[in-house]
Amino acid sequence: MKWLRSHLVGIIAILVLVYLFVPIAVVMILSFNKPAGKFNVSWNEFSLDGWTNICGVPGVCESFLTSIQIGVVSSLAATVLGTLIAFALVRYRFRGRSTTNLLIFLPMATPEVVMGASLLALFLNLQFPLGQTTIIIAHIMFIISFVVVTVKARLQGMDPRLEEAARDLYASPSQTFRYVTFPLVLPGILGAALLGFALSFDDFIISFFNAGTLVTFPIYIWGAAQRGIPVQVNALATIVFISALVIVLVIQVRGQMKRKALSAAVVNPAAIDVLPRS
Amino acid sequence: MSTITNARNIEDLRLENLVKTFGDFVAVDDVTLTIPAGSFFALLGASGCGKTTTLRMIAGLEDPTSGTIKVGNADITRLRAFQRPVNTVFQSYALFPHLDIFENVAFGLRRRGIKDVTPAVEAMLELVELAPMARRKPAQLSGGQQQRVAVARALINQPDVLLLDEPLGALDLKLRRQMQIELKRIQTEVGTTFVHVTHDQEEAMTMADTVAVMNAGRIEQMGHPADVYELPKTAFVANFLGQANLFGGSISGRDGEDLVVATHGISMRLPSSRNSASESELLVGVRPEKITILDAIDVGKIPTGNNVVTGTVTDVSYTGVSTQYLVEAPWGQVLNVFEQNVIVGDRSEVGDPVVVHWAPEHTFGLGS
Ligand SMILES: Nc1ncnc2c1ncn2[C@@H]1O[C@H](COP(=O)(O)OP(=O)(O)O)[C@@H](O)[C@H]1O
Ligand SMILES: [Mg+2]
Repeated sequence: MKWLRSHLVGIIAILVLVYLFVPIAVVMILSFNKPAGKFNVSWNEFSLDGWTNICGVPGVCESFLTSIQIGVVSSLAATVLGTLIAFALVRYRFRGRSTTNLLIFLPMATPEVVMGASLLALFLNLQFPLGQTTIIIAHIMFIISFVVVTVKARLQGMDPRLEEAARDLYASPSQTFRYVTFPLVLPGILGAALLGFALSFDDFIISFFNAGTLVTFPIYIWGAAQRGIPVQVNALATIVFISALVIVLVIQVRGQMKRKALSAAVVNPAAIDVLPRS
Repeated sequence: MSTITNARNIEDLRLENLVKTFGDFVAVDDVTLTIPAGSFFALLGASGCGKTTTLRMIAGLEDPTSGTIKVGNADITRLRAFQRPVNTVFQSYALFPHLDIFENVAFGLRRRGIKDVTPAVEAMLELVELAPMARRKPAQLSGGQQQRVAVARALINQPDVLLLDEPLGALDLKLRRQMQIELKRIQTEVGTTFVHVTHDQEEAMTMADTVAVMNAGRIEQMGHPADVYELPKTAFVANFLGQANLFGGSISGRDGEDLVVATHGISMRLPSSRNSASESELLVGVRPEKITILDAIDVGKIPTGNNVVTGTVTDVSYTGVSTQYLVEAPWGQVLNVFEQNVIVGDRSEVGDPVVVHWAPEHTFGLGS
């Protein structure tokens, strides 16, 4: 009883982690399965088919590449546009500034089903052919909101004195931007771009409405789910998950190394000479 | 050090009728002053009196509402910040967090297109004794070190004028005293004009050749620290730069070079040269350390001609080097008296009847 009480927090933490990671683990494990029937749901026999013959099922790799393409293009475009909007909103006072600030949030607040449906209505009205272009347009639209919010936070958190110091130190406005503002905002922009890519790659509802005959990775999986998801999907999903994990880990480790260097400098009295001797 | 010392002639900085308003609020109100080339100039004033705004106008980070700023005879009022021969040490240092110390210091040189910055940067880091830190990031330095980087980053550009906005405000007392000496040493070494903003009167007095006391956007008085302290021209200066006892009165006559002032039923004397009041109503003032305190029975020992106030001790605080008395005069005013602890023996105690006195030449007159 006593043992239980002192370990309760740990046990609950482990249970929650298990709860979170079991589905992912199942997906990964089943990527090494050789399904018995159509549905890859229970363990049958170890096989590397899903990995060695990863494009073996028609459509799966095409849809995967399509999604990557859409993700790259729309997150890049949205990052550029969103960054510009964020700068304008933080740096300039203009008519309609507060309205813009509010409207920027709308795509985030709108239910995806509604947005997908109304975009579809719009494209049909304009007789715009559905396909990759319409999906990219739709994705850019909702990613921009996230980019603006992220970059704006970074910009607002920046000490305005840094730019003043640059101006004071002979930097022209463009040099100030290039050597001070941009490098300082860059981590926010990169974060926004990554987030944008993830959002785009992941999106099903809005894409589904506006895809026409185009098949993105989520749409492929949705279609396959009716007939039985091929094991290749598990392999591709595992690749995506591992890539994301690596990115997060790299960022974490770099941050930790920076902090370590910092605390080493603070702890080691020889490294810091607080009192100058002249 | 030869790479650092200014070879060219630096020139006076002149502010003429400088005004800055924010909406209806006048932050800097018609400031006119000349800061001699190569001097250590302190701009002293309470928080919010317009010191930073004045500096920002000199730096070009804020446009004056009216007035001109000149270096020598060149009008720089309309030049942009990056075109001025002026550099700033910011209140919060504002070091570039993404650049290491070397690159922070090299920033100004690089922006001006100077190719080989290494010798100059190394010499400058040597001057502020931070050479071993060149490849550290600002966040890895202590407050005092960051402060010196900020000074180095500005000074390396050999500006005509270096502006320092409360550069020591973020440091603890001990480090602050040390950096005061350090800054003074650097200024002597490079010979650049330093304009040092502070709200610490002791800092202003110990460091500066010239101090200007600012109040509500105006310069109240300017001069050598000792001159301003010994002969304040306004009540604000008398109280802001040290402490003062002020007595309201009116001129009742003359006695040779002295003015005789009737105040609270007694008369006080001061040399007419030490009176800055233009009317006969005035404030008579004296610094606490100029006053001598005696037991009431010793009234006969007071030199003739001295100003005398009788009273009762209401508080005694012993501070080591000196003892601070509060003495209540018959009309209720409480006088501040500092006495150096040079005599061993009895000190006056609370409740003692005393007389305090001081010489007319330590007395000053102010407009009331
Ligand atoms: N950008 C601004 N807008 C409005 N008021 C300002 C601005 N900058 C300074 N002020 C006001 O001007 C006054 C002087 O400010 P400042 O020069 O910073 O004082 P100090 O540096 O002497 O403490 C303050 O009352 C401050 O509130
Ligand atoms: Mg200030």
